[in-house]
Amino acid sequence: MTLLRTPATMVWIALMVATCISTWMLSEHTVAPALATTGIFLIAATKIHLVMRHFMELRTGPRVVQALFAGWILVTTAVILGSYLAIP
Amino acid sequence: MGMLTARRSEPRRLPGVEGVWVLIGADLVIFCLLFGSFMHDRATDPALFEASRHTLNFHFGGIDTLILLTSSWFVALAVGAAKREQPQYLARLLCAGFLTGVAFMVSKSIEYTEKFLSGIGPGTNSFYMWYFTLTGIHLIHVIVGSVLLAVLWIKSRRALEAGTHRMFLESVASFWHLVDLLWIMIFPLLYLLR
Repeated sequence: MTLLRTPATMVWIALMVATCISTWMLSEHTVAPALATTGIFLIAATKIHLVMRHFMELRTGPRVVQALFAGWILVTTAVILGSYLAIP
Repeated sequence: MGMLTARRSEPRRLPGVEGVWVLIGADLVIFCLLFGSFMHDRATDPALFEASRHTLNFHFGGIDTLILLTSSWFVALAVGAAKREQPQYLARLLCAGFLTGVAFMVSKSIEYTEKFLSGIGPGTNSFYMWYFTLTGIHLIHVIVGSVLLAVLWIKSRRALEAGTHRMFLESVASFWHLVDLLWIMIFPLLYLLR
């Protein structure tokens, strides 16, 4: 089916795999909490970047909007991880 | 001069109407502030947040994420089908997008019911206040998006014309991807952060 042969399908597969890694592998108690949490949020940030670029079509959007949305990912991830890692 | 020969392909544009992007931007700012406030509250009592988190079933959250990602994919394919003028696929993809939205709502209803039956509500403690606030605001987004997808689906069955409908489709699709994107961050924040 040619309909499915698009970059969106590849992105969807990557997103599904990444979600399974975060949810059912990194959440295991054998992984150190700080390492697991950092990994989980970096994966979430990457997933959001993929959704923005490929699903929301920011890939072909104005550069200013691209920069603003990328900035949102950076700030949000930094706020969450920064606050998390600051707790002793 | 190199600059003169530089080719410029299609002009850079955002899908849908500008208004929906203003809404998306505003929503993103609000959620960033909410995430920051959540982390601030968590820092005041990490033990309580961790103990409460353990009472959540992360399998629900993970499956909800898979549902929304799949829904977003269907809608992205629907936009592609509209661009390539394949109306036969458009209606089916929009229907699939709508049904996966409904699946998310069903999953959330089961989860909420489970919590209420075991006596847990927004007033239980500050973690649960955040849990119901973040998932509740998000759920409202899912309901609005699903209704819009249903409207588009019905329209697409009545021989959708290009033009204004395309803009409507692209606007709803962009909003629906925002709903997906927000859940990608809400899920680890509530269910996985330890």
